[in-house]
Amino acid sequence: MSLINTLARLEAVESGRAQPLTTVRHRRLSERPMVFVPLTTAGEAGAPLGALVGTDRESPRLLTVAQPRDRDLRFAFLADLAEALLPHLDSYADDVEPAERNETDPETGKRVKVEVDLCVDAPQLIVPNRPGIDFVRLLGRSMRFRRTAEQDPDTPYPAPARVPLLGRWLTHYGERARVPGSSLLLAATDLLNRHWATGQSNLEDQHLGALLAWIDPPDGGSGRDAALRAETDRDRRGQLLCPPAGPATDPAFDNRLLAPAIDEYDRARQSLGAAEDGPGADEQLGRLTRAEREIRALLASQARPTWDAVWRGLDLLRELPEGARVADRWTRDRWSFTGHRDRVRSGEPPQPRHDDAVTAAQKLASRETAQAQLEAQEALDDPLVLAGRRLSGEAFIGEVTDVVMAYSESKRPSPRPLITLYSEDRPQLGERTKVYRSLDGKPQSAEFVGREPGGHGLLVVRLTDRMGRGKEPAEGSVPEKGERIAWTLFEHDQRGGPKLPSTEETPWTHGGPPGVEGAGAAPAGGPVAGDAGAAGPVLGAVHLPESRTPADDARPPSPRPSLPLPLPDPVTEEDFL
Amino acid sequence: MTATTASDRAGFDPGAEAARATDAILYDTLHGAYRGVVVDSPPGAGKSTLVVRAALELAAAGRPLMVVAQTNAQVDDLVSRLAEKAPDLPVGRLHSNDPDPYDPLLNELPSVRKSAKAADLAGLDVVVSTAAKWAHVQGVEPWRHAIVDEAYQMRSDALLAVAGLFERALFVGDPGQLDPFSVVGADQWAGLSYDPSSSAVATLLAHNPELPQHRLPVSWRLPASAAPLVSDAFYPYTPFRSGTGPADRRLTFAVPSDGSGPDRVVDEAAASGWGLLELPARRTPRTDPEAVSAVALVVRRLLERGGATAGERGPQAAPLTADRVAVGTAHRDQAAAVRAALAGLGVTGVAVDTANRLQGREFDITVVLHPLSGRPDATAFHLETGRLCVLASRHRHACIVVCRAGVPELLDEHPSTEPVQLGVTIKFPDGWEANHAVLSHLAEHRVPWQP
Repeated sequence: MSLINTLARLEAVESGRAQPLTTVRHRRLSERPMVFVPLTTAGEAGAPLGALVGTDRESPRLLTVAQPRDRDLRFAFLADLAEALLPHLDSYADDVEPAERNETDPETGKRVKVEVDLCVDAPQLIVPNRPGIDFVRLLGRSMRFRRTAEQDPDTPYPAPARVPLLGRWLTHYGERARVPGSSLLLAATDLLNRHWATGQSNLEDQHLGALLAWIDPPDGGSGRDAALRAETDRDRRGQLLCPPAGPATDPAFDNRLLAPAIDEYDRARQSLGAAEDGPGADEQLGRLTRAEREIRALLASQARPTWDAVWRGLDLLRELPEGARVADRWTRDRWSFTGHRDRVRSGEPPQPRHDDAVTAAQKLASRETAQAQLEAQEALDDPLVLAGRRLSGEAFIGEVTDVVMAYSESKRPSPRPLITLYSEDRPQLGERTKVYRSLDGKPQSAEFVGREPGGHGLLVVRLTDRMGRGKEPAEGSVPEKGERIAWTLFEHDQRGGPKLPSTEETPWTHGGPPGVEGAGAAPAGGPVAGDAGAAGPVLGAVHLPESRTPADDARPPSPRPSLPLPLPDPVTEEDFL
Repeated sequence: MTATTASDRAGFDPGAEAARATDAILYDTLHGAYRGVVVDSPPGAGKSTLVVRAALELAAAGRPLMVVAQTNAQVDDLVSRLAEKAPDLPVGRLHSNDPDPYDPLLNELPSVRKSAKAADLAGLDVVVSTAAKWAHVQGVEPWRHAIVDEAYQMRSDALLAVAGLFERALFVGDPGQLDPFSVVGADQWAGLSYDPSSSAVATLLAHNPELPQHRLPVSWRLPASAAPLVSDAFYPYTPFRSGTGPADRRLTFAVPSDGSGPDRVVDEAAASGWGLLELPARRTPRTDPEAVSAVALVVRRLLERGGATAGERGPQAAPLTADRVAVGTAHRDQAAAVRAALAGLGVTGVAVDTANRLQGREFDITVVLHPLSGRPDATAFHLETGRLCVLASRHRHACIVVCRAGVPELLDEHPSTEPVQLGVTIKFPDGWEANHAVLSHLAEHRVPWQP
């Protein structure tokens, strides 16, 4: 944690109220976000209990599973969820604008510009907290490999029509959420924690109710007291007044309210099955409906406070103006959405269970670039964030006190003016440390020359670029006396990483190309001599060496080998946008 | 356990042991049947010497080769060493397009050709560059051979980007130093054999477990006082020895102690090879002003007191100069604070840097600001085995640690709690254990702080 965040937390402790960490909002908030509050069953992996979902805060759609262990009911729930979410996603898919994208021409190998569609906006999904994001991933994983009767008439347990498609979208959103600065799928707690510091621990900040209490205490009183109430206050039935923001529910709720209600539902269902027909059956049907309604009411009582809390958090965030460079990052989210739309439309198979070596390396590289870019952009957008970097010596603000023209020592001398700056900051400048300032939105670099002897706080830097081609620097490219300029020691833009080999060219150090069994990949690092690999066995592993095959090691065990699984789809550049 | 007895040393000829290991490595590299050879090298075991020798022998055998190092300083150092050993050997230095991409000293070496384009260097016997630069090389004929230096500090994804450039390779590195890291989470790939955030060697061996693995058995840098501790604490299953005996190295000071804490810890370190200057227990910010000024004072006294070092390289004692002293810290802001404090005392020329940047470097004396000094907690970052190992293994004569009291208790309150990831090889020893081992040894050389 940076020093300024520690200070903000100390101030929050002292004042009993959360302190702002920013002056602007550093994430995009859609005008019509889709909020999704999922609940899950305790002790049962991937068994949803219910959800509130929708774009209208006054009337969320409540979806429930009366008996979460009944897989028919579970898939009915997922089908309902698909009906709630997919039309929203679809509604953004066809509103496009023309855009250009760099692609490699397959014939010439040259980089060419291609005219493509870019969605004007992208649908945003908001969940209450990080476990909510994990749950979105889990749902995605559990759905995207299922087959519908339409896709495969012989499949023994066909999934409802749009369920696999929803699985692919949720997987895409879950994966996109790992990219720093992206806003397609956001957790309300992450959003609030980015913009405010509370007086509690990071762990406690994951509690949405307590977090909101620190930021905006209901009665305007002490945030600390309100947070404590949010965490601990229970009604006379022993139920939390502010239920956990899910997906896990409170054990007291599970034991005292939910379990009896589900038992009653199970009994009602059994009696209905036992009742032959006539008035008995009607009565049992009524009982079943009542039991189901009871469960719905219970789940609504748990999810609704969280639903309202998410919207309240969004209200607070909307009071902050959006940072200048947020739109730039949102454009990448739009590319990401458009790219996945295109892949779905072109009939590509779902995302593979695991990334291959090349995809994993590419994703890591692009996320590292995104992280560095996010940190730089937040500091450039926001004086309070910049203050944190100044405090840690990574940036400084200086007033120009002198400009001396100088030139580079080459055949065609270029301007290299020396700028003297007065600064009270204490940047960690060493000999020839590069520093950057923003000039018309583009970075201009300079290098540190030295400190003025005797003069405290007088620094000299030499401008090194963006002054045009002539002998005289371009108009406005050299700062003037009296200007106050923010300089950073970190770069504003990140160079992209190197081009990685294609998946088919995965080298022997990384197990060779994936999916090649036996002949090709097996002797990857083994003896070079001999004819291993020369003979091509038809199928299966004939020439497997005695040690474990690298290719086999690389592939995780398949959880359900009997299911007809589609081949992993190729990864395209859009995946990294 | 920490002192090497005479009888223990009797049957051990460090020179012969090291030569035997080197011969086996070179044989596998030149004549072996495998595409890769892995060499584990403890600190100061002659890794660079091995790389240079292997390069020269491969070149002599008519096999053009590429050398991959991790930093520009390492590349320049290797090129200089190659030119020193074989002044006529055509060597290429592939460099970036940045201004001043390489050490200007290379301009004085006639057989070294420098270029930012790999094509310009085609046909040279040896071409050396950083992994980052090699990753951008495309459309060239693959080299038959490569040497990958500091392979344990190279990330798996960096190897992925360059592995297509060579057919077979010698991987050399120190497994005890800092692991590569990523600034973003990479948990989703943990356990995959090709986890892009793991080290290049981890991925290589996961896919090619049959590759021959060697290790260098002798540290020529670490003195007899340090090798047993570093070996026990950081390399418990691959022990190594020091190449010199207890009497081979001497550190003396002309000016007698003034009785202050810094002077007494300097004397303790001169006599025993280790010194712990202990400040009173206190929770502090990272740039603890008292600890920082204590570090600066120790450095100043080291240089003021007319130090001289003598060792196996020659009978003549050499004066202890600023460039033979280094200060190691865990964080960059700590290094910056120490630099400022040294400048305030008028001390110049001492290398002050973080463990990450001191990796691979060697000094006569190091002064270390303990990573856990003054901290309220012990995080995975501060407990990382490699960080302490780097800081405790840069010196030829002595290492002085400056630390606040109470770190053993802090460790006991913070056992490592990193989640266990399926499929990930657990590294031994863990940082918690290694920290305890080093601290209990340092406790025998403790000097309390009195200005």
